[in-house]
Amino acid sequence: MRGPPARRRKCNRVVESALKIDNLRIESVTGLVLVDDVSLELKRGEVLGLIGESGAGKSTIGLASMVYARAGCRITGGVVSVDGESARDLSADGRRELRGRRIAYIAQSAAASFNPAHRIINQVCEMPVKHGIMNKIEARAWALELFRALDLPDPDRFGERYPHQVSGGQLQRAMTAMAMSCRPDILVFDEPTTALDVTTQIEVLALIRKLIHEYRTAALYISHDLAVVAQVADRIMVLRGGKMVEMGTTEQILQAPKTDYARALVAERKEADKLNVLEEVDESKSLLSVRDALGVYETFVAVKNVSISVARGETVAVVGESGSGKSSLARLILGLLPRKSGSVRFNGRELSPALKERSKDDLRRIQFIYQQPDVALNPRQTVAEIIGRPVQLYFSRPPAEVKRRVVGLLEQVGLPADYAGRLSTALSGGQKQRVSIARALAAEPDLIICDEPTSALDQLVADGVLKLLKRLQDELGVAYLFITHDLGIVRRIAHRTAVMLRGEIVAQGPTPEIFAPPFHPYTERLISSVPEMRKEWLDGVLANRARLRTAAGER
Amino acid sequence: MRIFGYKPPFTAWVGIFIVGVFVFVAIFAPWIAPYSESDSVADTWSAPSAAYLLGTDNIGRDLLSRVMYGARTTIGVALMTTILSFLLGTVMGIWAAVGGRVVDQVLSRIVDVMLSIPLLVFALIILSMFGSSLVTLILTIAVLDSTRVFRLARAVAMNLVVLEYVEAARLRGEGLWWIIRREILPNALPPMISEFGLRFCFNFLFVASLSFLGLGIQPPLADWGGMVRDNGRAISFGLTAPLWPAMAIALMTIGVNLIVDWILSINARPSGASAEM
Repeated sequence: MRGPPARRRKCNRVVESALKIDNLRIESVTGLVLVDDVSLELKRGEVLGLIGESGAGKSTIGLASMVYARAGCRITGGVVSVDGESARDLSADGRRELRGRRIAYIAQSAAASFNPAHRIINQVCEMPVKHGIMNKIEARAWALELFRALDLPDPDRFGERYPHQVSGGQLQRAMTAMAMSCRPDILVFDEPTTALDVTTQIEVLALIRKLIHEYRTAALYISHDLAVVAQVADRIMVLRGGKMVEMGTTEQILQAPKTDYARALVAERKEADKLNVLEEVDESKSLLSVRDALGVYETFVAVKNVSISVARGETVAVVGESGSGKSSLARLILGLLPRKSGSVRFNGRELSPALKERSKDDLRRIQFIYQQPDVALNPRQTVAEIIGRPVQLYFSRPPAEVKRRVVGLLEQVGLPADYAGRLSTALSGGQKQRVSIARALAAEPDLIICDEPTSALDQLVADGVLKLLKRLQDELGVAYLFITHDLGIVRRIAHRTAVMLRGEIVAQGPTPEIFAPPFHPYTERLISSVPEMRKEWLDGVLANRARLRTAAGER
Repeated sequence: MRIFGYKPPFTAWVGIFIVGVFVFVAIFAPWIAPYSESDSVADTWSAPSAAYLLGTDNIGRDLLSRVMYGARTTIGVALMTTILSFLLGTVMGIWAAVGGRVVDQVLSRIVDVMLSIPLLVFALIILSMFGSSLVTLILTIAVLDSTRVFRLARAVAMNLVVLEYVEAARLRGEGLWWIIRREILPNALPPMISEFGLRFCFNFLFVASLSFLGLGIQPPLADWGGMVRDNGRAISFGLTAPLWPAMAIALMTIGVNLIVDWILSINARPSGASAEM
């Protein structure tokens, strides 16, 4: 493989560690300590995984390794040395030289990191040309080679497209190519696969790993998913609240974590792989039944003749990748997406396709919980207003009674009563989602449609929310239509499961049956794409798929 | 000292001081002005003296008193029109955003038509048709100005209606008015408040311009634009008479702008600091 021309190096000493951080301390302008006393060392060709929940300081440390701090943050202590050279002592120009050239960053959202107005190739080639490492022709040749190494379709012409013309997984790979364009010694991956579907994640993960190995690049790999990190990292550092909790080899962290927190993380992740056997639900008590529903956005058919039913007190999971029509199905049932044909019966009565024509009582009986609790609650309303409004609207109770009900609902979702006076912006993500649940419960619904209610939350918080939903079902007998891409959740809470692909339901049945052979091919693909907590898992899946492909080719 | 939890910089304090003084004068003009606003007390254009600190005007009225009373009418009229234009523009703008395609098209095209005619020309036509009483003046400027407010309110609300809490309200079966008032308006307010300061400035200058052209506030009510017009000829005799009201207009505009700059800067950088580069 032809590399770019050799680079001038300031220091000729052979330094063993590519990146060394000692006693790093980062504070916000308001004096909050974000990262405290974190030290790490990264050898050439080594991958260190940083793991922790949001707010643990993972990304802050990742950026600090390039001596960069986000707006409102300051690096206030510690040493960051790249190739034995103290980067914090560099001038602004020196830091600019460092970034991109010797250490590069790959962000979670590739879509937000590319300029939509320029072709991909120009953005990938910009950095080496700007830094004066290569001329335009060399940079272009190197970019095409990277596209090829990253298995992008039609690598010679891929770069001519604009960012919005390629898929999310391809864009994430293009971003990796952009980071590699200067052949840096260190790459910082900040949740590079989190925004991708499981089936796409696996491809990107495999290619990232291949690239790191091939070019012997050192890397920091930031993720909240232990199973993902386990596939890539040699060592793992567990972080919590800006402090290091534990550091060890990947095997040791997975098999024998020493600290309680690391144990909780590992145990919670393992929980997701188990199948939970739930009590049977009386299928004859049908609550919602959708028959041959067809939902269309202008010309695009989002929901193709879907039939699905939910019984009282039952949880039905709808799984599939993004774009498979899961959310559209929910919107169709809610009346937000008008259905062209088919029927939606609820409580034995036909529901009108349009929201405006539905009675208040119909609206009350089906509630909806959104994926992003941040935008689902009005930031200018207090918790009491948010939860109290459905009580007032549907049951026209006097203010004192509404107040009592709000306190009762807060208690039910596990929040203290004095939260009633708070604005929703003063709550954490998990607490906001609990408020959303309380708002849905305030309407005393028969059915709650949950659209990925835990995917924006941290693992342990999400676990709490799931347990709450489960408990509420046991207590109140409410039914859930649960939309998710996370098979771990499905295994734990769903009585029945429907698998969606391109707007159609390809498999449907009791959850244990869906998760047992014989599989629908797509279900199998989904199941096999969920990262497992074994270091060799990715190799196994890739080998398996390669075998299948050759077998198919021979036939 | 902090205002609403924010520390104003020096320039904002200057603005607050200027506006504060003018508002104080406007409110208490009848008690602190040395003379009445309409009595001739001396010769035409007498020079500043101990008795008449800024001198007298074209028919011998005390200029200081007229500037003080002028603050009352000019600021009062500008404030009234801005409040009216915001009430109208904001409600219509949000209605256009949530009311659906037809409402939006009708309202937006009406506004387009109004925006296509120059503001001053439009105002002059209406005022010469209906005569220039205080009420017509305020209503005319308010309606014309509300088209600008409408544009902003609609744009802000368009970004808010797609948010999920608004959809949640719809799913709950809330009415249009409730959605406008409780879900959208509180969230649209921060950008609208700094716009309020700017629109006030424009309206204030607009009232002064109309008065200067003779179609604004009518004598014997004192107002700064009209005073510049009445005393304009004095400048050719080397007299300072028209400078005082003109200076008041300029000062007030600068003062309001300094405050608005500060409010805008709060909205622009909530985190309060730039990145460490």
